[in-house]
Amino acid sequence: MTRFVAADGEATEVERVFREVYGQAVATLVRVFGDITLAEDAVQHAFTVASDRWRSDGIPPNPAGWIVTTARNRAIDDLRRSARGRELHEQLSVGARTSHGPAVDDSDENGPMRDDQLRLIFTCCHPALRTEHQVALTLRLLGGLSVEEVARAFLVSEAAMAKRLVRAKYKIKAAKIPYRVPAVANLPDRLRSVLLVVYLIYTTGGDDPERAPLRSEAIRLGRALVEMMPDEPEAAGLLALMLLSESRVPARTAEGAIVVLRDQDRTKWDRTSIEEGHRIVRACIRLDRPGPFQLQAAIQAVHCAAGSFEATDWRQIVALYDQLFVVMPTPVVSLNRAIAIGEIEGPEAALTVLDAIAADLDGYHLMHATRGAMLRRLGRRVAARAAYERAANLATVEADQRFLAQQIEQLTEGGDPMQQPADRPLGPPSERRPS
Amino acid sequence: MSQYLLSVHAGQAQDHQEPISPEQMQGFMDGVIALEAEMDASGTFVFGGRLADPDAATVVRSTDGKHVMTDGPFVEAKEHIAGFYIINADDLDAALAWAAKVVTAINAPIEVRPFSATGRVADQVHQMPGA
Repeated sequence: MTRFVAADGEATEVERVFREVYGQAVATLVRVFGDITLAEDAVQHAFTVASDRWRSDGIPPNPAGWIVTTARNRAIDDLRRSARGRELHEQLSVGARTSHGPAVDDSDENGPMRDDQLRLIFTCCHPALRTEHQVALTLRLLGGLSVEEVARAFLVSEAAMAKRLVRAKYKIKAAKIPYRVPAVANLPDRLRSVLLVVYLIYTTGGDDPERAPLRSEAIRLGRALVEMMPDEPEAAGLLALMLLSESRVPARTAEGAIVVLRDQDRTKWDRTSIEEGHRIVRACIRLDRPGPFQLQAAIQAVHCAAGSFEATDWRQIVALYDQLFVVMPTPVVSLNRAIAIGEIEGPEAALTVLDAIAADLDGYHLMHATRGAMLRRLGRRVAARAAYERAANLATVEADQRFLAQQIEQLTEGGDPMQQPADRPLGPPSERRPS
Repeated sequence: MSQYLLSVHAGQAQDHQEPISPEQMQGFMDGVIALEAEMDASGTFVFGGRLADPDAATVVRSTDGKHVMTDGPFVEAKEHIAGFYIINADDLDAALAWAAKVVTAINAPIEVRPFSATGRVADQVHQMPGA
């Protein structure tokens, strides 16, 4: 999509508005024309027109409505010009294409536009599409990221990402993946895949400053989902989980290395995000329909509520991990539970839990880093160092690598083995990838 | 309305399967017959069939204007299409729901693939891009 070099303040404001309305406009146009590529092209054109006009006339009171109307007119012109379009246009006028009819709602009411976005996110995250395509489509169509930005986020070339998007859009069209909110019977499963995509976008933002914009994009999508589905506690749970994780970001790195939870300067935690996260978690508890995201959020809420590492309510955390394991029996959940057990029962008990999942998570750096931390607390410095070395070989993010290098160095030089027991091996982390 | 191919893929060798009892066979047949009746009742069933083993296949090709026949399937593969349904469905979700029912009835994975055009080419011309 068009990017504006911020020549003046107005250009930046225009860019901000574009980012905000892109997903809405594409979603509405997809409803009207039933064709993603046509919708994208038309919205792109409307942005080009807007970039000139808005800079001289100012941003209109309802920019989304303005973009949708301009894009719709453009799309209709395009359709009239092509034979394929004439046919589509015919279908539209007899209302055969969708049961919603071709009307565009460009009043400043947000309701219908919100519904359009909800339909589109369910299309993008359809289980018949592979996960990396779901993520790419969601970022491109709903997040309004350029192909180049999406490519950078997933460390692939722009050409490869463009190809991925073309393939995914081809499948939606050829296989006729519907553009609607799923029926109640399928909603829980389908919602889960939407939430996972949004969370994957958040975790991909990780600790890599290059990819940090993904985290704010994921939070924006999470907020939109909560607005669209206020009665879905898992959507709220995901938002709370992201907010609580985000609150600790300012304390999570120092000089390019990860700072473990124990050593974080808690005054740097963002209180506003924590308060909002806590508020959502309390509301979820009142609803009493727990699910994996709500439980993960509750665990993060307990961490964020502790004034110091020592004051953490580890028993509560273990109890929540036990509940989480029932609905999400993954080795990563066991790993995080082991860390909490280590705080209550000591490193020996944690190592016993870790032994049970060591084979499953052999390729996961955090498992080896956790082992290293527990072995170190037991004074088994040689084994601890070997575990950290294994973790360092597997880690891909620079901040993780730096942290692990620090641990290895400390264990090589000697010194008090009990001085810096890194219990939370790498950041809040926990459920970085719930799969 | 769109049409989808629901194909059943089976391994070349059937001998890994445990022999099934006549009762099991009857149960299997009853399930498939009931499903096909359901497809008929909803106007879903277009065509379906079970294919003979690929050993029975012959490939015909044209080389220098001459037609040449070879014994065996086009691609020698471990897996091949053993049978299929062609169904009418409004969209992929509807097709996937039917596929799930077929999977339950025959206890084998199903590939769901959309047609991009169906029927006689002469009837399709007006739908083709650029026409």
